[in-house]
Amino acid sequence: MTSAILVSILMTLVAASTPILLAALGELVVEKSGVLNLGVEGMMLCGAVAGFAVAFSTGSTGLGLVAAAIAGIATAMVFAVLTLSLTANQVATGLALTIFGVGASSLIGAGFVGKTITRLGPVFPESLSGHPWLRAVFGHDIVVYLSLALVFGVGFFLRRTRAGLILRAVGENDASAHAIGYPVIAIRYGAIAFGGALAGLGGAYFSLALTPMWADRLTAGRGWIALALVVFAAWKPGRLLLGAYLFGAVMTLELQAKAAGVTWLAPELLATAPYLATIAVLTMMSLGRKTGRLDAPACLGKPFSAS
Amino acid sequence: MTSIITRRRMTFGAAAASALPLLGRGAQAQAPLGVGFVYVGPIGDHGYTWTHDQGRLALEKEYGAKIKTSFIENVAEGPDAARAIRQLAQAGNQLIFATSFGFMNPTIQVAKQFPKIKFEHATGYQRAENVATYNARFYEGRAVIGTIAGHMSKSGQAGYVASFPIPEVVMGINAFHLAARKVNPNFKTKVIWASTWYDPAKEADAAKALIDQGADMITQHTDSAAPLQAAEQRGVFAFGQASDMSAFAPKAHLTAIVDDWSGYYIKRVKEVMDGTWKTGDVWGGLKEGMVRMAPFNPAMTPAARAAAEELVKGITAGTLHPFTGELKDQKGEVRVKAGETASDEILSKMDWYVDGVQA
Repeated sequence: MTSAILVSILMTLVAASTPILLAALGELVVEKSGVLNLGVEGMMLCGAVAGFAVAFSTGSTGLGLVAAAIAGIATAMVFAVLTLSLTANQVATGLALTIFGVGASSLIGAGFVGKTITRLGPVFPESLSGHPWLRAVFGHDIVVYLSLALVFGVGFFLRRTRAGLILRAVGENDASAHAIGYPVIAIRYGAIAFGGALAGLGGAYFSLALTPMWADRLTAGRGWIALALVVFAAWKPGRLLLGAYLFGAVMTLELQAKAAGVTWLAPELLATAPYLATIAVLTMMSLGRKTGRLDAPACLGKPFSAS
Repeated sequence: MTSIITRRRMTFGAAAASALPLLGRGAQAQAPLGVGFVYVGPIGDHGYTWTHDQGRLALEKEYGAKIKTSFIENVAEGPDAARAIRQLAQAGNQLIFATSFGFMNPTIQVAKQFPKIKFEHATGYQRAENVATYNARFYEGRAVIGTIAGHMSKSGQAGYVASFPIPEVVMGINAFHLAARKVNPNFKTKVIWASTWYDPAKEADAAKALIDQGADMITQHTDSAAPLQAAEQRGVFAFGQASDMSAFAPKAHLTAIVDDWSGYYIKRVKEVMDGTWKTGDVWGGLKEGMVRMAPFNPAMTPAARAAAEELVKGITAGTLHPFTGELKDQKGEVRVKAGETASDEILSKMDWYVDGVQA
C-alpha cells in the first residue's frame, strides 16, 4: 500500500467522522444539562437542507453553514419549548422531532433535488492542501478544524469554567441547582440551542462537503450513531473524539478492505465492529462501577418544573 | 365534556359523508380509477424511485381526471411492506404498483386478500391471477456502459458500487464486465457491496475506496448520485444510474442508463380501464424503450462512442445479446454454451460471476 493511498484513506476517514463528531458533541452538552434529545437525526436533516438551500441560492457555502446552524437551533427550539416549558416527555418528543425533521426537510428540499453546488473547499492554500502528504494535516475544510477546536472548547468549558460547572450541576441535580438560584430552564434552553446548532452543522456537512447535493434522508441515520457515541464516550469530550474517529475508521476501512479484495475477513463482520466495541465499552464501564449508572448525568431525561 | 361529544358527532358526520360517494360508486361508472404506488426510497432520490414517480406523473398527464394516483414512499422491504400495500388496497385503488424486489412476498400475500384489485410487482418473479410482474432489461444498458468503460479506462479497472447480491444486480455486474472484457481482455471489475440501496455518504466513500485501489471508471447499482460526485472530485469517469445524472458530475458523467416506466404504466392503466388487463410478465429493454441511454459526453473517444452506438443498435435490432456464450463462472463451469445466448430463466436466477469480477 503506497503512502498516497494511506493519505487518501485518512482524508476519507476524517471526512466521514466529522459530521457524527459534531452532532454527538452537541448532544453531549445537551445531555450534560440533563436533557435527552433523540431528535438529532431530524435536526441534522433540517440543517442539511437549509445549508444547501442557502448555499445554492447565494453561491456561498459559508452562508450555508451559518444557515444550517440557525436551522438546527430553530428545530431544537421546537423540542425545547415542548419539553422544558410544557414539560412534555423527552423521549417521545425527541422521536417526534426526528420524524418531523425528515418530513420538513423533504418538503423544503423538494425544489432542490437534482441541483448541485461547488463543494466546501480546503482552508489552506493549494501549496499545503494539495501537497502529497502534508494534505493529511492541511487539506481539510473549515468544518473539520472547527469540530476539533470545539471538542477542546467544550472539554475546557465543562471541566474548567464556572459556567460549565453550573451546567453540569443542572444536569446532576436540577432541584438543588434551582434551590440555590440557578435558572435551570434557561440553562437547558441554551444547551439545547447549542446542540441544535452543532447537529445542523453536522447535517450540512453532508449537503455541502461530503455529497454536495440535496436528496431526501441525506444523512441516512448518522444522527442515531451520534446518539450512541455519546453513551460510548461516557459523556467525555475527549473520548467522544476518539469514538467518532473510531467509527469513521471502521466505516472507511470496511469499504477499503472490500475494494482491496480482502477475503480472509468477512466484511459483514468488520461492519459490526463499532457496535461490538460499543457493547464492550458499556460492559467494561458497568463492571468498573458498582452503581451501574455509566456516568450518565443523574437528571438525564427527567422533566423539571420549578415549584 | 361537551367538546368530546361535539367531536364524536363530527367524526360520525364525516364518516357518513365519506360513505356517500362510496355508495354512489356502483351507479356512477365514471369515478376516477385509483392507481397506487409503493416506493422503496424517497421520490426525491433523483434515482430509481424518482423514475417510477416520473412514470406516475406521466400517467396523470395522460389520463387527467380519469384517474387518481397516490403513493407511499420510503417503504421498508420485507413484511412491513404488506401494511403499505394493504393500505393502498383498502383506500380503493384498483391497480397497485409495488416497485421494488423486496415487496414480492408482501404483494402476493395482500393480493390474495383483494382478488378484485390488480397488482403489478417490479423486478420479481412470483405471479398470480391478479399479480403481474414487470422489469426492465437494465443489463442491456450495462453492456453499453461496459463497452464504453473498456474503451475509456487507462488502468483497465472499473469500480462497481453495488447494493445487494440479488440476481438483478449480479446480472448487471456480469453484463458490464463481459462487455468491457470484449474490448480489453485483461479488464478487472471490483465490486463493493454497500449493503444499502440508498446512503449517499457511504456510496461516495465506496467510490473513493475503489478509486484509491486503482479504478478509473465508476459505476453503481445504488440509488444516489453520490458516487458520480466522488468520481468528479477525483477526476475519473462514471456512469449515471436510473436517470441522467450529468448535472451532478458534468465532466465525469459519460452517459447513464435511464429507466423509463411511463410507457408501460400508461399501457397497463388503459388495460384496466378497458377491462382487458391480464397477469403476465413483461421484460422490456432498449427495444421497448423501457431502458434508454442518456446523451453521450463529448469527452468520449470516437472509438468508444462508435462501439457504444453499434451495441445499442445491435441490441435494439435483436442481433446482439450481452450474454452470448461461451460463458464460464469463476469455478470454470460452463453456464452458457458457445454460440447460445442466456435464457431469461438463467438471467433471472443468476448467482455466479464471470472471470475477472472481484465481488
